[in-house]
Amino acid sequence: MKRIDAINEIVSKTKATDALLVANIGIPCKELHHVCDMPNNFYMLGSMGLASSIGLGLALSRPDKKVITIDGDGSVLMNMGTLATIASVQPENYLLVIVDNRAYGSTGNQPTATSKNTDLAEVAKGAGNNEVYEVDTSETLRETLSSVDNGIIVVKAEPGNTDAPVIGMSPETIIKRFMDISAL
Amino acid sequence: MSPSLSGDLTPSESIFKGIKDAEIDFIVSVPCANLGKLINMVEEDPDILHLPVTREEEGVGVCAGAYMGGKRPAMLMQNSGLGNSINALASLNMLYKIPLLMVISHRGVLGEPIVAQVPMGELTTKLFDTMDIPYFIPEKDTDPADMVSKAWELASEKKMPVAVLLPIQFWRKQ
Repeated sequence: MKRIDAINEIVSKTKATDALLVANIGIPCKELHHVCDMPNNFYMLGSMGLASSIGLGLALSRPDKKVITIDGDGSVLMNMGTLATIASVQPENYLLVIVDNRAYGSTGNQPTATSKNTDLAEVAKGAGNNEVYEVDTSETLRETLSSVDNGIIVVKAEPGNTDAPVIGMSPETIIKRFMDISAL
Repeated sequence: MSPSLSGDLTPSESIFKGIKDAEIDFIVSVPCANLGKLINMVEEDPDILHLPVTREEEGVGVCAGAYMGGKRPAMLMQNSGLGNSINALASLNMLYKIPLLMVISHRGVLGEPIVAQVPMGELTTKLFDTMDIPYFIPEKDTDPADMVSKAWELASEKKMPVAVLLPIQFWRKQ
């Protein structure tokens, strides 16, 4: 499976649970926007590494809403402390999905450390997270998403991008329509 | 520098008063020796959600999410952490117009015993100037609590990060 397949499954889960969805910088944002643009999508256009942190802040602030973050291996490697901070609170309404395609997909598929010896599911567990899942097909991802609302899912994927176009919305528009839902 | 304190409050109590006056309800922290008492006060306040983070840049992200969730966020940090936060402050907070109150222990200035603090100590205001991020510094006759609540008011009104820089001399009356 590729990232786009994971995004399709996450979108279905988001719709079914009326969740707030934070998308990682670069092609993940573009692919989510292309698959399904919704006001409850927050497209993080800069600040590489911080998607999981933004999702955590949201989840702690809105315990009444489900929050999902789509992250990537390169980004989590850049902010690995996030796994420890998430573990320190483990909100029941927060689900972090790390699409691990072993590459910096948005910059030309340069290999990340997960293409060598790093196992992000083990890192997440070692950081103290009790609910960590690992899947490698659309079917197992769908199955896991149907029964899990919190914790961390590492999706083992193949590198590869679609040609989803650049998002035309301004940052102001993205955050305004998102906060019309998230900040109520 | 001998800033006049709010009544007989200690430096930590006066900053905490400003945080409460501003109705800050979400705080992330990375410790500094000078912030110890303030962090304890924040931790014990039932109306503030306090989350220790591993790194200041991470804290900028968590606070941005909290703001999007309707909170009034602040970060307690040492100025050394500004260095690892700059990309996030620019490409997250400035890009999307997200307010953040940064309460900063300013090390590497007058009275600093650790030589390694000096480079970032001297760069801190220059970095804020370059980024057009406003900062408040306690002066004689300023009330620290007022300064903190004014800093949040400015952050909220301009929808941007605003810093309060608290140098070594400020903490002397602890």
